[in-house]
Amino acid sequence: MIVDINFVGLIIASIMASAVPLILASCGELITERSGVLNLGVEGMMIIGAISGFALMTVTGSLIIAVFGAMLAGVLISTIFAFLTQTLITNHVATGLALTIFGIGISAMIGKNFVGIPGKEFPVLFEGLKDTIPLLSPILFGHSIVFYFAFALPFITSYFLKKTKIGLIVRAVGDSPESASNQGINVRFVRYACILYGGAMCGLAGAYLSMIYTPQWIENMTGGRGWIALALVVFSTWNPIKILIGAMIFGGLTIIQFHMQAIGVRIPVQFLTALPYIVTIIVLVVISRDSRKIRLSTPSSLGKSFHKDN
Amino acid sequence: MIKIVKRDQPSKAIFFFTPVLAIFLTLIAGGIIFYILGFKPFEALKFFFIVPIADKYGFSELLLKATPLCLIAIGLSFCFKSNNWNIGAEGQLTFGAIVSGGVALLFYDQEGFYILPIVILAGAIGGMIYASIPAILKTYFNTNEILVSLMLVYVSKLILDYLVVGPWSNPEGFNFPETRQFSDSARLPLLFEGLRIHAGIFLALAAVVISWFVFYKTYLGFQMKVSGFSLKTAKYAGYKGKKMIILVFLISGACAGLAGVGEITGPIGQLHREVSPDYGFTAIIVAFLGRLHPVGIIFASLVVAITYLGAETAQIFMQIPKYTGQVFQGMILFFLLASDYLLFFKFKFIGSKK
Repeated sequence: MIVDINFVGLIIASIMASAVPLILASCGELITERSGVLNLGVEGMMIIGAISGFALMTVTGSLIIAVFGAMLAGVLISTIFAFLTQTLITNHVATGLALTIFGIGISAMIGKNFVGIPGKEFPVLFEGLKDTIPLLSPILFGHSIVFYFAFALPFITSYFLKKTKIGLIVRAVGDSPESASNQGINVRFVRYACILYGGAMCGLAGAYLSMIYTPQWIENMTGGRGWIALALVVFSTWNPIKILIGAMIFGGLTIIQFHMQAIGVRIPVQFLTALPYIVTIIVLVVISRDSRKIRLSTPSSLGKSFHKDN
Repeated sequence: MIKIVKRDQPSKAIFFFTPVLAIFLTLIAGGIIFYILGFKPFEALKFFFIVPIADKYGFSELLLKATPLCLIAIGLSFCFKSNNWNIGAEGQLTFGAIVSGGVALLFYDQEGFYILPIVILAGAIGGMIYASIPAILKTYFNTNEILVSLMLVYVSKLILDYLVVGPWSNPEGFNFPETRQFSDSARLPLLFEGLRIHAGIFLALAAVVISWFVFYKTYLGFQMKVSGFSLKTAKYAGYKGKKMIILVFLISGACAGLAGVGEITGPIGQLHREVSPDYGFTAIIVAFLGRLHPVGIIFASLVVAITYLGAETAQIFMQIPKYTGQVFQGMILFFLLASDYLLFFKFKFIGSKK
């Protein structure tokens, strides 16, 4: 059997494309969690981003407005979460769940008029170079700007957390809000900012799904990707570079599904669809078994409210 | 001037008042959303919350929807009280429905008084098996129960889909994704002629009574309460933490499984793709709105059940999208959590002194 080398390149590229929303959402959530906040509303923020992006694109016709509008929608919806958990000191888990339920409902409500409308073509970069290098060309060239941004993001996030002063402040707030506060850092402000940033990235992840990957609006189209993104953050032990690896594995599982069906492997389609979820569980078990290692890498104040009496 | 002061002790009166406040605020916010969408707010709210339960049939439908919500929420309150975040009740419901449905299908051409009890038991066991997965992984492998229980929801729905399309599909069913009809002996009896409300409501009421007894009259209930406040204290007191985690998961799994049985042997009468309109997720809101208190949960399940009916009625009469139900559910939880602020803080009015 002769395997066309460019075909292999195309498969890898499609795996990368399906990893993009996971990378974006996970990197956003990672910053939020590093500041000590557990936002379980990723799925809700993504779906809000998805409908906002698609609706704005259809109504205004501008892709730039649509992409930034989706990010803004993510910011707005995460503001509710930030206000509740930081100002009103509510439980992170319950508030995140409310955000997801609310997000799925309101996106379907807005999206009612956008079902069945075809998407627009999203411009790709370096299209002219597509046939230059065998194997590598389809991987490197001819993708949307969001695609390139997603693959740069883990490295940017890593640099931000390790090498910049603001990154250090975020980590300090997550690991010890009390001492950060004693140093004169406004813990609440930092956490607000990190939650809003997470919202923007989840919004972008959703917009990528509805505007570039699919591209159309389908109800509930995130289909659990938000939850997988949350699992990826644990998988990465809060290290952005490992998110890249994890997202590629899950992207791979999604793509394998299509190809196995195409070559006619006799496995029920439902089993293949369930694979990413089952693998997530297995991976979580393997990662968490070493409780000491998990404790060392988890932001110490994750999910705990911080309230300064004044 | 208004100043915010921390209360010395959380107020007990406000603890049970805030759910009412949350519902009230949700109605106001709902009216505003309807207005933005171009509907008359009061008319829309009337179609949403009053019209659906105005007659005998509507009231029966309300109880029909409240039954699974109440049952699941009672189970979840065991988990939430002891600080275990089981959010996969939807999966436990589905798996309970699969196991009990499978047993009911074994008896599809038989009649007998013994069939229904076996089917019900099978559902409870199915739910327990499914809930034991996150419980065991949490206790022995330190794995986050939130993510595991949630991932299992997707898996259970895919298993159900596989079964009703494939091996369990009705041989005379023209390839519709559904199983055979269960025999009459495997169906929960209807309570009134012409109404859909069925005997499953007694399962929910039994769960309410038993949970009240366990919470407030037994040592286990006390242990759960202490572990909910502080795991460290529980450890000092020498409670068997692992056993308790598994136990509360099994209880909530059994309740969710029973809710699944109630659906398939009650109104549905067979297995098909959608055995539950997300009752398992909505029940999380019911549990919180009911303050994890058995009696509170009864009221909360009735209130939240209206959002299901209201969404259907509003869709038929006013073409309001049916997802409004979920929007309302999310808002109730938002407002409830927000009004919890009043538990710990109070506003003090101070005359400006100059």
